[in-house]
Amino acid sequence: MPSFVITEKCDGCKALDKTACQYVCPNDLMVLNKDSMKAYNQEPEMCWECYSCVKICPVQAIEVRGYADFVPMGATVTPMRSTDAIMWTVKFRNGMLKRFKFPIRTTEEGKAVPSGGYATAHDNLNDCILAQEPEALKLDKMYTLK
Amino acid sequence: MQKFETVNVTTDLLILGGGMGACGAAVEASYWAKKNGLKVTLIDKASMDRSGAVAMGLSAINQYVDLTSGNNTIEDYVNYVRMDLMGIIREDLVASIARHVDSSVHLFEKWGLPIWKDDDGNYVHEGRWQLMINGESYKVIVSEAAKNALTEAGGEYFERIFITEPLMDGDRVAGAVGFSTRENKIYVFNAKATICNMGGAVHVFKPRSTGEGLGRAWYPPWNSGSSAYFTLRAGAEMTSQEVRFIPVRFKDAYGPVGAWFLLFKSAALNSEGGNYMLERRDELERWKPYGLVKPIPANLRNWLGMMDVMEGKGPIFMKTEVAIQKIAAEAGDEKAAKKKLKELETEAWEDFLDMTISQAILWAASNVEPEKKHSEIAAAEPYFIGSHSGASGAWVSGPEDLQSDETKAEYFWGYECMSTVNGLFCTGDASGASSHKFSSGSHAEGRIAGKSAIRYIVDNNSLPKVDQAQVDAYIAAILKPLELFEKHSKETTDPEINPNYIKPKMFMFRLQKMMDEYVAGVSAQFSTNKAHLDRAMELLGMLKEDSANLAAADLHELLRCFENIQRMWQAEAHTRTILFREETRWPGYYRRSDCPTMDEENWHAFANCKWIPATDEWEMIKRPMLHVYPNAAEHA
Ligand SMILES: Cc1cc2nc3c(=O)[nH]c(=O)nc-3n(C[C@H](O)[C@H](O)[C@H](O)COP(=O)(O)OP(=O)(O)OC[C@H]3O[C@@H](n4cnc5c(N)ncnc54)[C@H](O)[C@@H]3O)c2cc1C
Ligand code: SF4
Ligand code: SF4
Repeated sequence: MPSFVITEKCDGCKALDKTACQYVCPNDLMVLNKDSMKAYNQEPEMCWECYSCVKICPVQAIEVRGYADFVPMGATVTPMRSTDAIMWTVKFRNGMLKRFKFPIRTTEEGKAVPSGGYATAHDNLNDCILAQEPEALKLDKMYTLK
Repeated sequence: MQKFETVNVTTDLLILGGGMGACGAAVEASYWAKKNGLKVTLIDKASMDRSGAVAMGLSAINQYVDLTSGNNTIEDYVNYVRMDLMGIIREDLVASIARHVDSSVHLFEKWGLPIWKDDDGNYVHEGRWQLMINGESYKVIVSEAAKNALTEAGGEYFERIFITEPLMDGDRVAGAVGFSTRENKIYVFNAKATICNMGGAVHVFKPRSTGEGLGRAWYPPWNSGSSAYFTLRAGAEMTSQEVRFIPVRFKDAYGPVGAWFLLFKSAALNSEGGNYMLERRDELERWKPYGLVKPIPANLRNWLGMMDVMEGKGPIFMKTEVAIQKIAAEAGDEKAAKKKLKELETEAWEDFLDMTISQAILWAASNVEPEKKHSEIAAAEPYFIGSHSGASGAWVSGPEDLQSDETKAEYFWGYECMSTVNGLFCTGDASGASSHKFSSGSHAEGRIAGKSAIRYIVDNNSLPKVDQAQVDAYIAAILKPLELFEKHSKETTDPEINPNYIKPKMFMFRLQKMMDEYVAGVSAQFSTNKAHLDRAMELLGMLKEDSANLAAADLHELLRCFENIQRMWQAEAHTRTILFREETRWPGYYRRSDCPTMDEENWHAFANCKWIPATDEWEMIKRPMLHVYPNAAEHA
């Protein structure tokens, strides 16, 4: 069932203003059962295994079990995402373990500055030069045929 | 029936979608909107941090022209794309995106995207045009900049609203209608200009996996042809609707092969150890001049592999172990080789973990260590993704300054990226005949459209009228599936089986089956002919009638109903255009068995189409393929 929720771990995001997994799933799959206050994947066969819900769950209650119609049993791939890096643990069917760590961003979360700090030298709405160009191109001028 | 509230939103610029194109549009438009006292509003069906094709992340930026290095020119890129698409592209559009794309990439880096650097501080190239990145948070970063830009300029963004229809004021777009997938609200947006960037389409064709793995298509299951539907329904002319994309990827989980072919220089061999790229070289003669260029066009590489499979020489294996061992051996002594091996292994896994985690699960579950064991590759199913190696999308105006005397009258009409509908702009998968823009080029195209649309608004600063009768009809259409379900679902003991309606999932399967069998899907080995296509049109006609009987139990199913109506329109535009183009030009994407060869004399041209709202008829239009950069080799 692609992404699945571990009953015991899910606390329904009680402490947050929104249900994190439901907020993030690009395909509108995660829903909170208001009676049990537990989340579940309402249409597992429409899951892309994108792991967005797995990465965002504050209590690591979501895991992914490979598609049963073509993936042999027994492997797991588990992320641990922090503000600047992601750690992956890959467990093979035969028990072998591999760990990888990759950077995910070089700036502080939330702080992306739209202009990228590039200057805007001109103010002409009618030409083809975009807001941060040509500085952001690292060229002196814009390419044109004329 | 539960009550639905109607929310009216008036704005200056409406941006539909929250993916790469939309985020580019938001960043650029906000800058110019602020200067001109205008407001920008963006609508996404999901949450922008993880919406669209880049939701999971990517391991490479596929378009970087690298103009500063002096190694490449704009013309080089145009040539590459034209040859890959078998001669049919809009050179003005490709050149325009190419001249802006490097600045999108430099902005990504400033926003925080880690791009690989070599010891001298230069970007690491995967291939001539591709850069390697640590891209797990690619979309999070790009959407953060877009949201910050919108907020700083007094704009807004709405998430979890699914756009259903365009609103029209004569021949000008007046906004859009949609519904919330979270609460009982219908939204009516009225704007002076609209930019459509709602991605491409998947699940129009039956995928190879139909059980739990149904969702594991290469293209994400949440892009359902909204762009094509929206532009068609506005009456916009569409182009290249026949040019679908079929990627060859690691089989079943569809992990990327780009790094293996380009970076690790791996070969793919058939079950007899033969290399179709070498053994079938003669076949390329049939598709010249395109077959004879380097790199060999993607669809022809597909085709050579498909020929092996059709002759019973499958499976095809990517010889990962040979490639990795070879690079490691070249590293020098045993210690250096071991270090290199470890590095390559990490790179190989990151390639999957950044953008196709399912493939990592499949390898782990099958005990595959790529340095020790090969892996099977296969052609996936057809998708519509005009920003990648397909070309489907709206027919849009190019920039004024990148036209030749010949092209200007045909390809330029006032505002770059504007469709043939007044005030309706398109980017990314929504605009056609400008393939190979990928994530970075879609973002750059969004930026181009963002500025262009603000210029349109400044020049045409009036709010188009909203036709209340049209709005009422669209609201009624949104509510109908819920009403049908409520009215009839209790009449049978199983609400899934009821003669009064059809549920969206079975509706989707019906569409997929007809497209698969008659319009050159996987089961038909990507082959079709006129008789098959006529049959598809007959079946599509009845499906279209039955779409009036779609039923939904809740908002989630309502979303699925409209996604599938949109897929059906994408299917119709595709089928009609394959019928229209009486030749085979992209054999690795589809073949017409009744016209099996390429016909340069008659079909070195665009196959365009248009749905006419007033009469509910379709018009097929052949448009000339004209050059901005004449290429002697092509017409030799
Ligand atoms: C598997 C895969 C791998 C790829 N690999 C690479 C790579 O390595 N490098 C690279 O550069 N490019 C790659 N690409 C290409 C890249 O992802 C696309 O070119 C790019 O995302 C296209 O941008 P877009 O804005 O057109 O669509 P998307 O980015 O897909 O955005 C579409 C947006 O529209 C929204 N939407 C859809 N329907 C509606 C609706 N009805 N109402 C409201 N909103 C809606 C979606 O939620 C989303 O926000 C890859 C693509 C795929 C599918
Ligand atoms: S994010 Fe985690 S804790 Fe919150 S509802 Fe979802 S599964 Fe439960
Ligand atoms: S893995 Fe992705 S598609 Fe599947 S439920 Fe989680 S967020 Fe949704």
